Amino acid sequence: MKFFCVHLMPYADLDLSYTEKYNSAWVTLPNSYYDPKKGHLLYNRYLDELEYADQLGFDGICVNEHHQNAYGLMPTPGVTAGALARRTKRAKIAVLGRALPLLNNPLTVAEEYAMLDNITGGRLVAGFVRGIGAEYHAWGANPAESHERFHEAHDLILRAWTEIGPFPFEGKHYQFNYVNTWPRPYQQPHPPIWIPSQGSRETIEWAADPRRKYTYLQTFSPVAALAKYMGMYKEEAAKHGYEASPSQLGWSVPIYVADTDERAYKEAKPHIENLVNKFLRMPVEMLLPPGYLSLQSMKGVMSAKGTITGGLQTIDDLMKKGMFLCGSPETLRQQIEECQKQIGFGYLLPMMQFATLPHYLTTQSMELFATKVIPQLRQIGESQ
Amino acid sequence: MTDVRHSIEKVAGCNVSVRRGGAGQPLLYLHGAGGGNRWLPFMEALSQSFEVIVPEHPGFGPSDTPEWLDNVGDLAYFYLDFIEQMGLDQVHLAGTSLGGWIAAELAVRNQSKLHSLTLVAAAGIHVAGVPKGDIFLWSREELTRNLFHSQELAEATLRLELSPEEMDFRIKNQLTMAKLAWQPRMHNPHLVKWLHRITVPTLIVWGAEDKLIPAQYGPAFRDLIPKARLEVLPQCGHLPQMEKTAEFVSVVTRFLQGAGR
Repeated sequence: MKFFCVHLMPYADLDLSYTEKYNSAWVTLPNSYYDPKKGHLLYNRYLDELEYADQLGFDGICVNEHHQNAYGLMPTPGVTAGALARRTKRAKIAVLGRALPLLNNPLTVAEEYAMLDNITGGRLVAGFVRGIGAEYHAWGANPAESHERFHEAHDLILRAWTEIGPFPFEGKHYQFNYVNTWPRPYQQPHPPIWIPSQGSRETIEWAADPRRKYTYLQTFSPVAALAKYMGMYKEEAAKHGYEASPSQLGWSVPIYVADTDERAYKEAKPHIENLVNKFLRMPVEMLLPPGYLSLQSMKGVMSAKGTITGGLQTIDDLMKKGMFLCGSPETLRQQIEECQKQIGFGYLLPMMQFATLPHYLTTQSMELFATKVIPQLRQIGESQ
Repeated sequence: MTDVRHSIEKVAGCNVSVRRGGAGQPLLYLHGAGGGNRWLPFMEALSQSFEVIVPEHPGFGPSDTPEWLDNVGDLAYFYLDFIEQMGLDQVHLAGTSLGGWIAAELAVRNQSKLHSLTLVAAAGIHVAGVPKGDIFLWSREELTRNLFHSQELAEATLRLELSPEEMDFRIKNQLTMAKLAWQPRMHNPHLVKWLHRITVPTLIVWGAEDKLIPAQYGPAFRDLIPKARLEVLPQCGHLPQMEKTAEFVSVVTRFLQGAGR
């Protein structure tokens, strides 16, 4: 199994009493809540944490894209990936991802990813997402076109990476006379492509198609949903006559480690509860704008995720559902090994910092995870 | 009670559900974002004097969602085809909210079959500095409360139980509405340039307390359309046809009966 350290770069200094006046940390929370002086310190702290993950031996580090919110401060993840590209030497850098339907010109992502891949000598993992529903409110992008634009942008980027230019592109949403991307990607034919999702049959069918075999990442979901969707991917692969390898499946989950279960629980509790109750808080109309999901998928996600936007959740709720892994190194080793055996993923993407978790607890947890959990789990879940 | 005839008509390759009632000059009514799957009291009242024709737009209710449907201009052309195929002439065209937008887009393209135009709390234009409400971010309760001035009516509406089919239609209608109106939000920046082409008698109706498309939009439409006059209904929200049915029917009937003289 391979381990990629995820960071959201939240605005950890958020005044948590905002909930008395606003119903979400997204889209409509005034940016007067953001203090640039604190933001400066946070960005640099978070970049240090990701560089530290590289030094600790994580196989990769992950950045991502969210807009107009306190939950994740990387509207342009290429900036953070670029900052990390030269300061890290070994770890893969996964951008998970760029939200393709939000783009006016998808070639900007073909270029940005190709630059990162060239600078790092092939350490880029290219993530493509549709972005969560709130981005469509923040960005004005039409959610009813989300699927169409995602597929068309993806096709354009893949062709820009793999076909010799210049060539014309004649799409419904994007048209070009000259597609001729410089630089070409360092990894040939193109960087590995990962597809993070919160569970959608259409996405899984598309990612598992033998022409793509993209790595599917299940993000911040109950273990039951993880098992369901990864099973769906394997079935889809089997339908196409091949066996999905562990490297096609990844699980992204917040994790906290301390020397004992009790201590881990006590230290993590306020911060993980802030993640769900403060930073992720949003009404369902913001999370799922019309057209973002098919009717069928919408019903599926609503039942799988249950109360994600509903009432307040506790650390116990999250641990019980397996949406948060928390405990001593021994507890985590057992838990992860058991899940891996049942579900068969080859990548684990621990989110080692979440919401208000301070630097010293973040690095302490990262050290324990890197030295006492990862080495014991390396051998399982490796592709044959 | 008017005998309401319900049929499925195929126009431009798209099956649409159509209700018709009454006799007289045709009054083609284009519904708003909420859909048009019920014969409402104002339709019943207008059908005493006109043949009221109420199609459900492509992408709404049981009507098909055709491949060609991308924007409100497509619906304007669709209804030009519809008028032609149904053999309608001297049509009183009326639309509320989204339907008003479609009607205006139709009229700037071709008004040869129109006798008059009635725009009720119409979407379609943007008035600088006068933001519209956000129908996509409001919760169901906020939306309902903001659509009506009378909170008793809002509460009565919130108490209505939707059947599973109506729930499915609601999700479908919202999807089509997003496709048509998400960005630019509820307007076409180019429409404003061509509203001067509308030369049939035009009535603009607005609720004074409209929280979705504020009443300032009424004078804006009136000033852009040469033969338009504006009626503002006091103590009324975004749905004058439902909230003030009697006043609405009276204002519209008076206008339609006087139109073109």
